Amino acid sequence: MALELTKIQDLMDAAKSGDRRSLSQLLTAIQSGEKIPETTSDPWTLGVTGPPGVGKSTLIGKLVERWKSSGERVAILAIDPSSPITGGSLLADRIRMGGHASGKDVFLRSIPSGKDVAGISPFIGEMCSILSECGWSRIIIETVGAGQSEISIIAFADRILLIDGPDRGDIIQAEKAGLMEISDIIAVNKSDLPGAEAAAREIALSLSLVEGDERKVHLVSAIEGHGIDELIQEIESCNLNSGSKILRMKQRLLSSWNSLLTEHHEIDTLLDELCDGSITVSDAIRHMAITLEFGDE
Amino acid sequence: MRIVMSKPGLDGHDRGAKVVARALRDGGHDVIYTGLRKTPTEIVGIVNDEDAEVLGISTLSGAHGSLIPKICDGLKNSGLGGVIVFAGGIIPNRDRKKLFDCGIRAVFGPGTPTSEVLEFLQEAITRKKNNDPVGVGEDTGWHWS
Repeated sequence: MALELTKIQDLMDAAKSGDRRSLSQLLTAIQSGEKIPETTSDPWTLGVTGPPGVGKSTLIGKLVERWKSSGERVAILAIDPSSPITGGSLLADRIRMGGHASGKDVFLRSIPSGKDVAGISPFIGEMCSILSECGWSRIIIETVGAGQSEISIIAFADRILLIDGPDRGDIIQAEKAGLMEISDIIAVNKSDLPGAEAAAREIALSLSLVEGDERKVHLVSAIEGHGIDELIQEIESCNLNSGSKILRMKQRLLSSWNSLLTEHHEIDTLLDELCDGSITVSDAIRHMAITLEFGDE
Repeated sequence: MRIVMSKPGLDGHDRGAKVVARALRDGGHDVIYTGLRKTPTEIVGIVNDEDAEVLGISTLSGAHGSLIPKICDGLKNSGLGGVIVFAGGIIPNRDRKKLFDCGIRAVFGPGTPTSEVLEFLQEAITRKKNNDPVGVGEDTGWHWS
């Protein structure tokens, strides 16, 4: 369903003046591939990722509570997997964020990842700009940190919080996927449970193997509220020009480039030609690179 | 379709809502579950922020006669009259006409096969595509029987 450009502009004007209905429709338009006029805003973004079940949503609920009480307006983009078989999804982050997921100073949008998680990453940047333009001062992007495609989404955030749980060591495993390198802040949640300290020590040890890595591991309990103040302080004072910035930019570049390639008008023909062997992969890339079409021209 | 599945009021029983949510997901829809004990205002806000096309309301507490009309009015007053709304749970036959009059397009009782909910949605979607009135704020005598 293509919306006319004037309709988009009207929605933007209404959304900026505080109309939530228009903001919501605008986000849907972005997700369905509409081009949005560029904005000048500089969104404040935090990516939150980590293995399933470590308490990402619960911890985000806590952060939202603190930010709300200090007068911030918080928007959350919660990305959850779609079923690879039926294409449907069950988006339940709201339950775990408790009472903090609604109200006039909180805007939560659940986003199904679709069949191809990397496919939604180009929209995330645009959604953040729009939210920021409409006065949302803290924007959180939440994904399940499982693999490469999630990294391509989380890279659209300017600071990244990686969360692990007790007795898991999952994020050390995930090091292969680059999740630890790209993160600015690392926290082990559920410090009220046994095993959390050991997990934190193990991660700290892994970090200490890299010279010059000064990230420390925060022990927090979202349920009991321990360590939340220190965590917020670190998030707020996070140095945006740390070494991970270049990794993030690389991911953004790659995912935007990927989506340009997969939207190329000749992709089906090129794929057929690759299948029957009449061209090589390098031929295809060379051809696509010189005939790329950019949406803004 | 983006569907919000909701539990309004003081009612802690959500097995039914979860079964329906799962069935809708397996039917290829994106289902957002609100969690328990939401106020009508919260539910309207969630439908807005999630830009949902359909709202399911599950209630077993007996408060349907008070909560459901409040949700319907809230949707209509927030420019969400195009949203398709259905209800389920323990809602006696004698109370249903009032809910249909508010704009509810289906009421599913205990024992309803989940396939019937999907059939209802299919028909509601077809009506929407044909520009036939089906939203909570649209004028129509139609409802799923």
